[in-house]
Formats: sequence, C-alpha cells, structure tokens
Amino acid sequence: MSLLDPVWSSLLYLAAAVCFILALRGLSSPRTARRGNLIGALGALIAVVAVFLSARLENIPWILAAIALGAAVAAPVARRVKMTQMPQLVALFNGVGGGAAALVALLELSHAEDPWVRLAIVFTLLVGAVSFAGSGVTFAKLQELMTTRPVVFPGLPAVMTAVLLAAVVAGVAVILTGSPLLAVLLLVLGLVAGVLLVLPVGGADVPIVISLLNAFTGLAVAASGLVLGNVLLVVAGTLVGASGTILTRAMAAAMGRSVAGILFGAFKGSSTAGSTALSERPVRSSSAEDVAVLLGYAQRVIIVPGYGLAVAQGQHTAAELAQALEARGIDVDFAIHPVAGRMPGHMNVLLAEANVPYESLKEMGEINAEFKTADVALVVGANDVVNPAAKTSAGSPIYGMPILEVADARQVVFLKRSMRPGFAGIENDLLYEPQTSLLFGDAKDSLAQVLGAVKAL
Amino acid sequence: MDGMSLLTITVLAVFVGFEVVSKVSSTLHTPLMSGANAIHGIILVGAIIVAGQAGGPWVLAVALLAVVLATANLVGGFVVTDRMLHMFHAKREVGPQKAGTKGAKVDGK
Repeated sequence: MSLLDPVWSSLLYLAAAVCFILALRGLSSPRTARRGNLIGALGALIAVVAVFLSARLENIPWILAAIALGAAVAAPVARRVKMTQMPQLVALFNGVGGGAAALVALLELSHAEDPWVRLAIVFTLLVGAVSFAGSGVTFAKLQELMTTRPVVFPGLPAVMTAVLLAAVVAGVAVILTGSPLLAVLLLVLGLVAGVLLVLPVGGADVPIVISLLNAFTGLAVAASGLVLGNVLLVVAGTLVGASGTILTRAMAAAMGRSVAGILFGAFKGSSTAGSTALSERPVRSSSAEDVAVLLGYAQRVIIVPGYGLAVAQGQHTAAELAQALEARGIDVDFAIHPVAGRMPGHMNVLLAEANVPYESLKEMGEINAEFKTADVALVVGANDVVNPAAKTSAGSPIYGMPILEVADARQVVFLKRSMRPGFAGIENDLLYEPQTSLLFGDAKDSLAQVLGAVKAL
Repeated sequence: MDGMSLLTITVLAVFVGFEVVSKVSSTLHTPLMSGANAIHGIILVGAIIVAGQAGGPWVLAVALLAVVLATANLVGGFVVTDRMLHMFHAKREVGPQKAGTKGAKVDGK
C-alpha cells in the first residue's frame, strides 16, 4: 500500500532533482563544493524516503537489509581508502552503479510490452554492462592488478566490431521477442565490449576513461528511468550523462588529446604505447646533498609534483620540504599540471591532504610564466607533463599537450625512479640538457634525503 | 507520464547538465567526477522499486543484488567525495582570506 499521494511523491522527486542540480553546480566552485556534495546526499536521501512512502512495495525488510549491507561495505571503504587509491575506488563505485542499472533493466523486461520501453531496456543493459566491465578493468589497471600499458592484440578491432554487431542483433531480437535469454546474452556481450573498450587504453589515459564510463552509467540510469517511468532517474541520469561528457572533454583537452584518439588510438597502433628503448646519452646524476645545496641557496623554487609522487605517497614529505625551504626565506610554489597524479585534480587533493596551503598550489596557466624567474624547478615523479616534445616534435604521441615550462628555470632537478620513460612511453630530452640534474630513487625516499640535507645546511 | 513529456524533460536535463559544469576549474575535476558518480547511485530508487515488486525468489535475489550495488555507489560516492573536499575546506580555514586574494600567502603553520 502507498502512504503518500502521488502528487506528494512527485514533489519530493522534484526536490531531489533540484538538489542534484544544485550539487553539481556547487561542486563546480571551490568555495561551495563541500556544501554541494552534502546537498546531493540530501537529495538522495529525500528520493529514497519518497520511494518507500509512495511506491507499493513488498519485501521491505529484505530491501532494508540490502541497503544496510551496501552501506556497511561502501562507507568504511570510502572513509579509509588512501587518497592515492581514490581514483580506482571511484571507478569501482561507478562500475557497481552501472551494474545495478543493467540488473534493473533485465528484471523489468518481463513487464515491458511497448517496443520503445524495450529499446530503453536494451540500451540500459548494454551501456550498464559496458560501464560495469570497463570500470572493472580500469580498477584492475589502477590497482596494478594488471599491466598499466595498453593491451592490444592483433585482430582486436575485428573482435570489437563483431561483438558490437552481435550486440546490435541481440538488441533488435530482444526488442522484437522480449526474450530474457537473449537479454542475458546481450548483457554478456556488453561485458565483453566493456573489457575490450578499456584494455587498449594506456595508464595515463585511464582517468579520462573513468570519466567517460561515469557519463555512460549516467545515461544507463536515465534510460532505466524511462523504463520505470520514473522522472527522477531520468533527470539525475541525464544530468550525470551530460555533465560527465563535458568533464571528459575538459580532461582530454587538458592532456591535449581527443576522447576518440584515446579510445581508438591503440586500435590504429598510434596510441600511448610508445617505444621503451632507452637512449645511451649521458645524464648528470646528482646526490641528495647537491640537490639540497641547490635548493637551500635559491631564492625561488617551483616544485612540480607528478604521478611518481602520488605512487610513492611522498606528498607529506614534499610538503615538509617546502616548509623547510620557506623557513629559510625561499619562495616555494607547487606547479600543478591539470593531469598530474592519477586523475585530473588528484594532485591538488593529495597536497591539500598534506597541508600545503591552497595559495601555494598554482595552476599551469598561472605558473608557466614564472618558471623564468625560478632558480630551481624540482620535478618530483613527473615526466610527460614537462616533456618539451609536446611542443617541438610533431610526431610524438603527446604532441599538442600543454606542458609545464620547467626548461625555463635556471636549474632543473628531476627526482626519478629510473631512466624509464613516463606513461606516454617516450623519452624526455630535457633529462639530457646541461641545466638538468637527476637524483634517482623512490620519490619519497629521495625527498626525505633532500629534506634531511636541507635541514643540515 | 507520457513519452513526449519524458523526452522534453530529458532534453532540458541535458542542457542543464552541460550548463552547470561548463566553467569548472581543473582543480575540481576529480571531486566533480566523484560527486556526479555518487548522483547516479540514485539508481537505488529503481532497484528498490523492482525489488519491492519482485514475484519469485530469483527475481528478488537479483533485485536485492542491484539494491546492494546501487547503495554502494550512492553512499560510497558521497562519502569519498566529502573526504576529498574536506581537505580543501580545512585548508581555507587556516588561511586568513578566501582563495582568490593573491599575495596573502600563509607562511608555514
């Protein structure tokens, strides 16, 4: 039985939809972001209460138990996860959302007679399954359960085409017959397509794929709203689908790449899978003490943190080093490339966690002109985002990507694990320049050594 | 609701979705993606409806699985986004001014 008049439940859904719009709007500005997120959570709460009060539901104890189980698993994980591992957690949450949408669509098939509704079901099944499997592979790549390099095998484009064609045929068959067996087949094809879609994507591009799959899940949720005739699902899903698309494009633009290039680049063989051949040219390797002297007697130091810093979890040590240098009266800033870390904006989160003042975090556009005035640019675990090849060599896979102009600084110090190229798999000529010195080792260890040496000056 | 109204709402929602995030700085890309990720966890509403109308035990089992997954998406998504944003927020309370006032650099701690 329903406790609430349909008008009231519609009004509650409307309130929830408004909350979601305000949430996305709030999240777009640093000042209102946290409140925005809380408004979104409030909207979700309103919607869930509304569905319990308005829909004719049975099995309520079971449902409540399932909700408790889901929350009991997800909340502690979300609260305890290391901030460096957060991208894969977001991927995981996105995947299970897509999976839930696909399951909802599968179960609704038996009630659907209208071909348009069946079309929406087919769409939800396919896109939800792609999102689920794709996010799973993304998770495995980020968690380093599998290689982060693009996985390509001969005939991949042909297999992908065959799977998609089969999915279209199965989809049409489901619309015509409403057969649940064919729907399960479609689900499986969607899962295979999701895996094939993400396998050829290189590690550095994975964040963009997460964002894209996020938009996919949004669209699947919107389509499931059409199936159930639920306006809130339509609005919320469409909002995420649309904003996720914009966000994906913005992220890809920050890396100077196109979304199509990322997804299909590997198919054409021109992906981020570059050569891993090492050059024999000499480099100037340096000791922690030398680096400390360079830094300690500089006037202006710009630290360029990158992926390596995130992996080594050296953000706290980097923040300490910055403080030690500032205590010596040195002007220290952090130059944040839009795609530094494992996700766009990830580095800001990591450095904020390490108590680096917000004012010291400079975005690329703001800081690039300032490298000319810097005595030392300290590049910690970053490579591709400072590689001049992005500007100079038209054939390079990263050509066109905006970079941090560290070459303009008087001295450049790289803290690197090895001479291995970055994700893009291409060499960085800057490493061989006369003003560059290198300190090899794990980013965190190297930073700790440099920090100790600076304090001893 | 009839198909035409749903279509109208969908198209309008597309434009709202484009508009609200059109001017986001790259600093907030990750939290915004994570927040949007949490919002699509609202598929929980759909999962609850399906589970509440489930006839047989198999249908119920699959529907409950959807409820668990959707809840994980919804709750986990909002919690992890809040954690990310908490770090930005804590920072600003240390500083004397809001971000945007340049030069008012807080030295040390």
